[in-house]
This record gives sequence, C-alpha cells and structure tokens, in this order.
Amino acid sequence: MTAYNFAYLDEATKRMLRRAILKAVAIPGYQVPFSSREMPMPYGWGTGGVQLTAACLVPEDTLKVIDQGADDTTNAVSIRKFFARVAQVATTEATGAASIIQTRHRIPEAPLQEGQILVFQVPIPEPLRFLEPRETETRTMHALEDYGLMQVRLYEDIARHGEIARAYAYPVRVEGRYIMDPSPIPKFDNPKLDNCPALQLFGAGRECRIYALPPYTRVESLDFEDYPFTPSKAAGQCCALCGAMDSYLDEVITDDAGGRMFVCSDTDYCATRVAVQAEDAA
Amino acid sequence: MTPLLQVEALSKYYGHHLGCADVHFTLWPGEVMGIVGESGSGKSTLLNCLAGHMPPDTGRVIFDTRDHGPRDTVVMTEAERRWLARTDWAFVHQNPRDGLRMNVSAGGNVGERLMAVGARHYGDIRAQAEDWLGRVEIDARRMDDRPRAFSGGMQQRLQIARNLVTGPRLVFMDDPTGGLDVSVQARLLDLLRGLVRRLGLSAVIVTHDLAEARLLADRLMVMKDGRVVEEGLTDQVLDDPQHAYTQLLVSSVLHA
Ligand SMILES: Nc1ncnc2c1ncn2[C@@H]1O[C@H](COP(=O)(O)OP(=O)(O)OP(=O)(O)O)[C@@H](O)[C@H]1O
Ligand SMILES: [Mg+2]
Ligand SMILES: [Zn+2]
Repeated sequence: MTAYNFAYLDEATKRMLRRAILKAVAIPGYQVPFSSREMPMPYGWGTGGVQLTAACLVPEDTLKVIDQGADDTTNAVSIRKFFARVAQVATTEATGAASIIQTRHRIPEAPLQEGQILVFQVPIPEPLRFLEPRETETRTMHALEDYGLMQVRLYEDIARHGEIARAYAYPVRVEGRYIMDPSPIPKFDNPKLDNCPALQLFGAGRECRIYALPPYTRVESLDFEDYPFTPSKAAGQCCALCGAMDSYLDEVITDDAGGRMFVCSDTDYCATRVAVQAEDAA
Repeated sequence: MTPLLQVEALSKYYGHHLGCADVHFTLWPGEVMGIVGESGSGKSTLLNCLAGHMPPDTGRVIFDTRDHGPRDTVVMTEAERRWLARTDWAFVHQNPRDGLRMNVSAGGNVGERLMAVGARHYGDIRAQAEDWLGRVEIDARRMDDRPRAFSGGMQQRLQIARNLVTGPRLVFMDDPTGGLDVSVQARLLDLLRGLVRRLGLSAVIVTHDLAEARLLADRLMVMKDGRVVEEGLTDQVLDDPQHAYTQLLVSSVLHA
C-alpha cells in the first residue's frame, strides 16, 4: 500500500487546482487565486509549480524538471525524484521527450510542441507590485486596464539608464489585455512565450496565484516605439562546449585562477548538440 | 449651451456627522467656480464627491461627457469614473504628496497621464513633459530628479503640470496654495492665474483665501456647516455680501 494518493495531492485538492487552471486558461494572463497547499518542501522551492504539475500529471506522462535550464541541480533533481516516487511517472532530460516540463527561470531552447505543458515556478506573480504595494489597488488596475504606471516604470529606466534595464521578469502584455510577469526568466526567453504551441502554466505557491498562456497566445514585451524591446544577451559569445550562437549562456568559472567560459544554460540542448557533433565527426 | 457640470441636491454624511448637504450649482464651460468657507465647512467633502473619490449619499453630479453627453457620474461604473479621472478630469490636492508619485522622477510624474491614455513614444512623452515643466517654471534640468528633492512650491507646480498635461476638460483643485509659505503662495497664484486665463480652464477651486478667489474664480460659493449659504459672481459676493456669515468672512479679511 502506498502512503500517498497519485501525485501526492488528494483528489479534491487536484480538482480545486484544475478548476483554477481552467479559469486561468480561459482568461490568459489573469491571476487566479487558489488555496495553496502545504507541500513537502519549503516555499521558494517551487511549491506553486509542484502543485500545478501534480494537478496535471497522469500516469502516462513523462516529466522533465529544470532549474535555470539545468536538469542536474539540487532543486530540479529533488522535484523530479519526488514525482517519480509519488506518481511513478517516467522522467527524462530530453525536452522533446517530455510531456510536462516544470521549470524555474528558463524556457528550453528546443522549440516546444503541441501537447506539451510547461509549468513555471513563480516567486512574485504581480508585475505591478513594486509600483503599487496595495493588492486591492493592483487588482483594480488590472480590471480596468489602468496600466499607465507600468509604462512609467519603463520610462524611469530609460531616463536613468538610457535603456530599459530589466534583464529578468520582463513584463509582457497578453493578447493585448492583461499585463503579466513571466516569472524571472531572462528577457532572452520572452519571444518564446509568444505564439507557443505548448500550454504554459504559472504557479506562485506562497502568493496563491495561478495564471496561464494557452497554446498560440499573443504575448508582447512592453516597450516604447523609439525604444523597442530587444531580447539581447552578451553579444558575440558562443557556447564553449557546443558552439551554439543562438542559446542563452551562463558564465562559469573553470578554475581557481579565475578562468571563465560561457556555456549553454540549457544542459539538454547543449548535450544534444555535442552528441550530434560527435556522431558527425565519427 | 450645455453645462459642463450640474450638481443637484448633493449630500454627504459621515455616519451621523454632516459632511455637506443639499448642494446645487451649475458650471458652464470655461468657467471657474470658487469655494470658500471656514475649516470643516465641507469644501473638501463636496469636491471629493464631485470628482468621484467618494459616493455622495444623495444627489446627482451630471457631467457633459465627450461621447455620450450629460451623464450622472454618481451612478456610473467605477471603470467609467476612473476613465474620466485619467482623461477629462484632473485633481490637484492641497498636499502635493497626495497627488505626486514621490519615487518617480518629475518627467515620469508628468508623463504618467500621457502613458495612461496610450502614449508609447518615449521622445514625445519627454518633450511634452519638458514643455510642461517649463510652463510651471521648473528648470528642464530637474526633469530626472525625484520630487522629494523639490521645495513645497516646486512640488505643487509639478503636481499642476502632471494634471494639466493631457488638457483635461474639468479641473478640481483643493486649496492648491493652502499648504505653502505665504511668500511662495503669491508666485503659485500668479502662475495659476496665467494658466487659467491662457488655457480657458473649467475648474472648481477650493481656497482658504478670498484674494485668491477674487483672482481665479468667476463665481463663488460660500459654505458654512456643510451648506452653501451664498453663491454669485465673485466680485458681487465679495463686494456686496448678502449673508451674515459672508459679511463676517469679508470683514475679517479687511481688518486682518
Ligand atoms: N473621513 C471623515 N470622517 C468623518 N468626518 C469627516 C471626514 N472627513 C471630513 N469629516 C467632517 O466633515 C466635515 C467637513 O469636512 P471637510 O474636510 O469637507 O471640510 P473642509 O471645508 O474641507 O475643511 P478644511 O478647510 O479644514 O480643509 C467636518 O466636520 C469634518 O470633521
Ligand atoms: Mg479641506
Ligand atoms: Zn552549448
């Protein structure tokens, strides 16, 4: 006898979560409140994402978990092990082989496909929070599309730094309606949110909010006509392992003497490219 | 001609405590209505009810909207009222801190209303902000400074620029010079008078100062204990006050 229901949560809780997910899918970019459950891991460890994954998983699923693009970090490994144990689902590191991908801070480089679900872990779901701390007020602003203040924030960036100095959690407008925080992914990943064939779900455990981008949703990064959004990264760099020019790179320190190199943050993408190159060379 | 604002039988209570009662008046386009009266007489209560900041208990506030003509703002949806508040209306608070974003630059403060109605060209927004800072006599070099680095008078001028930049059709001001040093009041009053004349503003202005009322207002309402005790052309009310309270008010200024 197992001590847990399938995927840890009881069926009533999963039903509550699925209702919230359906509502979120019906109103793209709108933050749906839900009653967040205690999970066997601390807040800040992706409890929002874990609850979404638990509510979506079926026995036939194949799960991939990444943290900052990597499958092998402590956080990713422990979440993957958790579901392998409480749901006995297959797990994978291959983006293309996964039916559900739970992620923190990245979108995989390999294009996602129809039928896949990408679950984001979200620390702070409210993009207007730093401008307006009152929850009642931010809700009204969303309801009334009163978004001048968000644009003021970008204006202030340009006035102070000469550009929109926002490298992560770059705010987006969903289907021309709700302004949404895409979670702390690099702005490099923002274009991948747009018109994506996969279902994208966002879960904030501590803040008890779920929001969603159904497949093929229009997602635009906020900007000014004369200061258009640029998903740039460090120019001219390529991955030291696989040579990719088009992927998001992490700087890693290679030795005590301060040696550094740039490598793909998406470990599966990089490893797959390296394997293909080895095959071609053979 | 259609009145810009028509107020009928407006009353507001705070529990059992009277805020203002049975106020009637009409504001025509291009007109400035002054409201004077002692502290606690209901001036701010009335102004806040007119501007949709709080609902009156009874009465109608009929505003001549751009698209649908005269409409009672009291029974509008909150969304419609907020839309008016960021397009056709402007509100200048007595304390500039209530009307400014203190952690946003002067330029951002002026630009916010433009952005709120869809402006998305940084250069244009900045140019308009600069123009308006100039009109309220703030050096363009202070554009990227935050208002907490400004004097009280500058903050108030910034608040005025922030409100007028979108060309509102009706401006509410709650004693805009009231919180300032006397020396600074004169300069702000001068500036306000220039703007009112040049822009042909329609406005409802609460003031503590009868001299200010004379300079700015075409017509004047005198309030006492929540009620309007006298209303008329400003010069008439001040030169030939009919109500005993107004007579007292005018003579106390003469003898001060
Ligand atoms: N939020 C409130 N709750 C209860 N009573 C209030 C409230 N606001 C105002 N009042 C009362 O309503 C009356 C009218 O107040 P109001 O603020 O409108 O006067 P005012 O003419 O603007 O005064 P001042 O010149 O001091 O600004 C006063 O008796 C005041 O004490
Ligand atoms: Mg007052
Ligand atoms: Zn690589």
